[in-house]
Amino acid sequence: MARITASLYTSHIPAVGAAFDLGKTREDYWKPVFAGYDFDKPWMKAHKPDVIVAVYNDHATAFSLAMIPTFAIMTGPEFNPADEGYGARPVPTIISDPELASHIASEVIQQDFDLTMVNEIDVDHGLTVPLSCVFGEVEEWPCKIIPFAVNVVQHPVPSGARCFALGQAIGRAIMSYPDDINVHIWGTGGMSHQLQGPRAGLINKEWDNKFLDRLIDDPTGLSKTPNIEYVREAGSEGIELVMWLVARGAMADVVAGGPKPKVAHRFYHVPASNTAVGHLILENAA
Amino acid sequence: MALEKPYADIPGTTVFDAEQSRKGYWLNQFCMSLMKPENRDRFKAGERAYLDEWKMTEEQKQAVLARDLNRCIELGGNIYFLSKIGATDGKSFQQMAGSMTGMTEQEYRDMMIRGGRKIQGNRRIGEDGDAQRPRKDA
Repeated sequence: MARITASLYTSHIPAVGAAFDLGKTREDYWKPVFAGYDFDKPWMKAHKPDVIVAVYNDHATAFSLAMIPTFAIMTGPEFNPADEGYGARPVPTIISDPELASHIASEVIQQDFDLTMVNEIDVDHGLTVPLSCVFGEVEEWPCKIIPFAVNVVQHPVPSGARCFALGQAIGRAIMSYPDDINVHIWGTGGMSHQLQGPRAGLINKEWDNKFLDRLIDDPTGLSKTPNIEYVREAGSEGIELVMWLVARGAMADVVAGGPKPKVAHRFYHVPASNTAVGHLILENAA
Repeated sequence: MALEKPYADIPGTTVFDAEQSRKGYWLNQFCMSLMKPENRDRFKAGERAYLDEWKMTEEQKQAVLARDLNRCIELGGNIYFLSKIGATDGKSFQQMAGSMTGMTEQEYRDMMIRGGRKIQGNRRIGEDGDAQRPRKDA
């Protein structure tokens, strides 16, 4: 049977992707940001997943006001990096696992989450920047990746509680998949940032770190945080953090009565462009 | 029943809710059109003429021509859509965000390096933080 062995959480800042693509990772401004991901390269080699389910959001790239699904699972075989107006990022095509994706879609919809299934979409920085941070510069991504999009742009966006319950449904779906594969689940976006209005530039270090503490130790309590608190305390774009609860909901202590996960890595840095960078890796007990 | 907006008391912030989305539909779709290089070229060659192809209000067109992002947001624009205008102009996201704060580009960048804008005084309208002004209704 398929196993979820770890979850990974990270911001997905477009300027980090630009710095990466332009070879600026060793500049003074960017060095401490990328240093936060040095841990990941050997860790990923030692804990290599077969498939990553990567929860991210589209930023008015593939989803315009023509349509925005609340939850969308990508069931197609491969996805290209999107041109977001500056040219497509020069990173590998995402190769997915359509069989597992279809299985998850089917199982999760039958647990009353009304997912949209998407076969054709270009994926934006929300997905590709985390991949670059974690894997570095590679010819191809070292595993299959199933993108899963959550609307956090057009309010009302789904609550933390809904995202946490969705993660549990995804967890159960993965654990019922017959193939013996190693699956990681990622939550991306955040941490505190606001990109609009006179309050742009807001950072709330104390709130962010409390969020990290509670994500580790009290995810059920954290999931009850109302959306208004994210917007008020972590900035209008800080609401992206609800996506981290999807990944956390799929961990063994929440979904399978297992022990608490082990904190393999924790990182926090301000700033990257307008944003606080947060990164966490949690391992399920073997 | 009107939308309940518990976020209406957050200073310097407009939440892109269903009402804003409805108001900003064509403004945001105009922005989306700038994802295509040929449309960026046409817009740059004649901004007013290109805007007139869209069912936007005159206020929305004026706000785009003036690159007044706060006004664009007030009129239903969303920052991720409006960023396509910035990309067309060759501006970074930091330049765009900074342009809405009344600070210079350097001041905004320096504020971020110092740890960003503080939350203290900026949670609710009427407190004494630095995001209370300039406000759209000031």
